[in-house]
Amino acid sequence: MLKQYETVFIATPVLSEQQMKEAVAKYTKLIADNGGEVVYEEDWGLRQLAYPIQHKTSGFYYLIQFQADPTFVEILETQYFRDERIIRFLTVALDKDAVEYAERRRQNRNKAAQAPAAEPVSEPAPAPVEEAVEPAEENNEENNA
Amino acid sequence: MAQNDTQNAGIRYLNPPTVEVRKKKYCRFKKAGIKYVDYKDPEFLKKFLNEQGKILPRRITGTSLKFQRKVAKAVKRARSLALLPYVTDLLK
Repeated sequence: MLKQYETVFIATPVLSEQQMKEAVAKYTKLIADNGGEVVYEEDWGLRQLAYPIQHKTSGFYYLIQFQADPTFVEILETQYFRDERIIRFLTVALDKDAVEYAERRRQNRNKAAQAPAAEPVSEPAPAPVEEAVEPAEENNEENNA
Repeated sequence: MAQNDTQNAGIRYLNPPTVEVRKKKYCRFKKAGIKYVDYKDPEFLKKFLNEQGKILPRRITGTSLKFQRKVAKAVKRARSLALLPYVTDLLK
């Protein structure tokens, strides 16, 4: 039976964009080859690490959500261990609340990605209003913290 | 303070007695209806850490036991992915 998983890996910052794409392609292919299905991918780009790993202070983060057989996780992680480009990885199984959360996150992300592209074409006027509202909400959250 | 003076007319204090009105703590997950604690959101998890990056106890944050366990797990996952530090000074 297929189960939903989520994996995040950190690749070394020395990779070029092309090499990073190759690394991602390798793992998405690995998932597909083992009877899994990639549900969602997310590129976080180059991020600062909270502490140095293998003397590196930054890394490329990449998130893949997929459905696969539970035995596949071991195969995936062996590949991670053998891959010198990967400096850290984490694979977790998603329970039903997590799946729900993942779907909501995906929709929010899609909306956020589409919004800036769609606004200038259709309605240029209301765009500034929406932009003004969002930062205010963020500030409130920060104040509460 | 004026009310306190009239109520406690029998006893006179040199300093006005400070009555502690404690705000009832609540579990923010139960209140907001959050079911899953995401380890991918370090900014949110920082609300449950002190300046050294240690997880705050339930008696301070008011989180219910069920969600404290989830928070702890999420923080630990975030730490292993270098989204949060294991030890630090002056987090936040």
